[in-house]
Amino acid sequence: MKPQQHNQSKTGAARRQFFSFVKKELLHIWRDKRTLFILLGMPVVQIIIFGFALTNEVKNSKIAVLDQSKDAATSSLIAELNASRYFDVEENLTSYKEIEAAFKKGKIKLAVVLPSQFSEDLKHTNKASVQLIADASDPNVANTLTNYATAVVMDYQDRVTNKQRLPYSIQVETRMLYNPQLKGAYNFVPGVMAMVLLLVCTMMTAITIVREKEMGTMEIMLVSPMRPQMVVIAKAVPYFLLSSINIASILLLSVFALEVPINGSLVLLIAESLLFTLVSLSLGLLISSAAGSQQVAMFISLVALFLPTVMLSGFMFPIENMPFPLRMVSNIVPAKWFYIIVRSVMIKGVGLAAVWKETLILTGMLLFLLTVAIKRFKIRLQ
Amino acid sequence: MLNEKIITVDHLTKRFAAFTAVDAITFDVYKGEIFGFLGANGAGKTTAMRMLCGLSMPTSGKATVAGFDVYTQNEQIKKNIGYMSQKFSLYEDLTVKENMQLYGGIYGKSNQFIKDKTAFILEQLHLKDEANKLVGSLPLGWKQKLAFSVAIFHEPEIVFLDEPTGGVDPVTRREFWMMIYEAAANGITIFVTTHYMDEAEYCNRVSIMVDGKVEALDTPAMLKQQYQSPTMDDVFLKLARKATRSGD
Amino acid sequence: MRTLKFLLQKEFRQIFRDPAILRIIFMMPVIQLIILPWAADYEIKNIKLAVTDKDHSSYSQKLISKITSSGYFQLTAYENSYHASLEKIEDDEADLILEIPASFEKQLVKEDEATLYLAGNAINGVKGNLGSAYLRSIIQDFNREVRLEWIQLPKFSPQTQIEVTSSNWFNALMNYKYFMVPGILVLLLTMVGANLTAINIVKEKEIGTIEQINVTPVQKVHFIIAKLVPFWILGLIVLTLGLLISRLFYGILPAGGFLTIYVFAAVYLLAVLGLGLLISTYAATQQQAMLISFFLMMIFVLLGGLYTSIDSMPVWAQWITRFNPVSYFIEVMRMVVLKGSGLSDIKQQLGTMFIFAVVLNSWAVINYRKRS
Repeated sequence: MKPQQHNQSKTGAARRQFFSFVKKELLHIWRDKRTLFILLGMPVVQIIIFGFALTNEVKNSKIAVLDQSKDAATSSLIAELNASRYFDVEENLTSYKEIEAAFKKGKIKLAVVLPSQFSEDLKHTNKASVQLIADASDPNVANTLTNYATAVVMDYQDRVTNKQRLPYSIQVETRMLYNPQLKGAYNFVPGVMAMVLLLVCTMMTAITIVREKEMGTMEIMLVSPMRPQMVVIAKAVPYFLLSSINIASILLLSVFALEVPINGSLVLLIAESLLFTLVSLSLGLLISSAAGSQQVAMFISLVALFLPTVMLSGFMFPIENMPFPLRMVSNIVPAKWFYIIVRSVMIKGVGLAAVWKETLILTGMLLFLLTVAIKRFKIRLQ
Repeated sequence: MLNEKIITVDHLTKRFAAFTAVDAITFDVYKGEIFGFLGANGAGKTTAMRMLCGLSMPTSGKATVAGFDVYTQNEQIKKNIGYMSQKFSLYEDLTVKENMQLYGGIYGKSNQFIKDKTAFILEQLHLKDEANKLVGSLPLGWKQKLAFSVAIFHEPEIVFLDEPTGGVDPVTRREFWMMIYEAAANGITIFVTTHYMDEAEYCNRVSIMVDGKVEALDTPAMLKQQYQSPTMDDVFLKLARKATRSGD
Repeated sequence: MRTLKFLLQKEFRQIFRDPAILRIIFMMPVIQLIILPWAADYEIKNIKLAVTDKDHSSYSQKLISKITSSGYFQLTAYENSYHASLEKIEDDEADLILEIPASFEKQLVKEDEATLYLAGNAINGVKGNLGSAYLRSIIQDFNREVRLEWIQLPKFSPQTQIEVTSSNWFNALMNYKYFMVPGILVLLLTMVGANLTAINIVKEKEIGTIEQINVTPVQKVHFIIAKLVPFWILGLIVLTLGLLISRLFYGILPAGGFLTIYVFAAVYLLAVLGLGLLISTYAATQQQAMLISFFLMMIFVLLGGLYTSIDSMPVWAQWITRFNPVSYFIEVMRMVVLKGSGLSDIKQQLGTMFIFAVVLNSWAVINYRKRS
């Protein structure tokens, strides 16, 4: 046999070995129907729950009213507050002292105080005042509610003025781009997608590999003629396939159930999702090389990754508001870049030209994680 | 032998969906004997044993262990038996001493009892120097002997051993059987499953299970006579060849 | 009772023999609690504005400088065409576009009326909405100034004016950290607690040690209690660490007192740990247990009322939150830390949590079977 031919048959055998390992892993997953069911069902349930339930819009907030004037003017203002989608008037208070008690019970988010001279003042001086007291224990909600309530009062004022036309008026016409109905899903679907893919892929690869280490079956595979790195990669392949199914179901649900459009190229979106899946799998490989038990692997991949992903990827809190060190930290969160990509491709409908930078960063992360993970495995095995 | 029955089994059956793992087996075990429970892999030995230990619910049939019914009095049974499973199941992240302490405590033994017994066993197993080592760090042979000692730590009436000598060297195996004889001499009934036919020769009586049924039950000498075989090995092969199930 | 003592001894020994996991249990919440709350600034500020100025008049200049000096906006682009500004939005370099049409100043002066166009990126609906609302109010102010330049308004305002004054109680400085830090502490406590117990029993199943336990006359209740107590104590230690960090790093002192928090946390931990144990009795492998607990954690955390308001959720989702222990603790934290609520104010939440604890733990005991 010529040396070259020999080489070829060797790589052929290696390939066969690799695929037989992948097949074995697939069988493992296929046999454990309960886990398979959870793996495929979980993203579906989550995308539906979060797609519909998560919104940072504030609506139907329970408010209390202290009406010290009690006449036609104040009651029509209260009716207007109640009619708006932001507020539900839950309690009518009779004294100023009751406000604190109402807040402490925890249900009321805002108290509207109409002073006893409200109508009188309005009639005689054309000027009156309304006091808003917000429960600022959640400052974000307090801020938003105060803004909305002010807007309702201003609308009321405009109606009372009967729209006197004043000279030198500037009109403002406002348009909301991409999401004219201001649906929460547009913002949260890309975020949830990033989170589900990251956590499922990372956790599953990390745990299956550590599990084999724990059970001692890893040694059996390592004495096989296959290269150790290939053994490890073969374990990740089935989860890559599973994730592809999850990507498909998430996208289908987003479009058909949550009515979030895919404005850009579907192929690009899928390609980017697969890239992100690979990053997550490599992260799982890296964790598995560091963890000695399933418990440790789980804590690193879940408890340590979950909250930073939620908080630093930008879909919950705007990154530009964060202090400088944290903005830096957010750069190493892979979900941040994927979130930007999905938002851009899916909702803004832009092409690769607009997200090449983010794509490049994810690719860089992939290469880095994979290299370090494989290197660590080599060291451990020697 | 006193001929006092300590285990009675009457048409005991266990089905998993369509598969009948144990098929109406009937036999008795007498107090103080070493009862060998033989069978090929997959013949149903472990399942039968797990039913007697109260770990698995029978599908039908009757059985009593130490005078208690396996259906209703399984917790009382547990007070009177010891058990050593195929898989090593002491806590590897506890020390030798701590494992003994734990199991002594679970069976409600007094501190003095636990102390004395622990010292005695450590002496007997020559494990004194290892008393404070994690069990996980011991070699397999020692682990098995330790597991047996822990199984009879609380001095039960019966001890169930599920393939106790799997994977250990011949010397350790011999030592292990010495321990079994000693326990039997102290009045503990031994119920043991095994693959090793030379071990079957050590038993007072032997039953052989094939495809979920007890096909033969007698002393090793009588069985050899009955099947006209020179060794138990031969007896076993003659019976096991009839099997239609294959082990896994 | 004596059996319980021996079982507890075993559990404590096992936990303290695994330094890797102990390190994670204590380090992870500490690090996250120090870092993450800084990220939670939700206030809409630094809105990136792209201006398309086709007018280039003195008014357009005045308007732009008024907007930028307001502090809310950051002028990131000054373009000549709407298209160029839109590109800035696509690249995330702008959140909002203000278009000043050609001859804006002329029309305003000559025809008494001129129009400005706003376009906001509304993928994050609230940000888009509030941003444009801020901008509109600045434009209104500008409008008033312009008007004053041209006409002297009479003293008695012909225009009805309702003055709105607002105040913020419990957190007058609107420090969002008072709200986020205790909330994040709750999340960390929940994740650590539930995950630890979720894989604990199933780990014994996987290794096989549970078989040796099941063949002893040990009582199921004792076994479960022995699993519960060590993690309960660990949980309270983590809570204490967390409260310490809240005090040292963020100056948070619960107005309602520490006792209230500890009483609630004690019951809360029982409920959460019970849930973990329940998962553990159902799962066959650690992997399954982790998946289930991850699934539940994600729902608990995201629907807990910390990140988004529960009132804004659809009714069915609000029903889910009633079964979400996290939402109760976050509510209680908010009440105790900022509003000074005491034990009598949180009676209802405490009662609910007590029921959760009893139900989940009993369920775990029942579902843990010594015989298959």
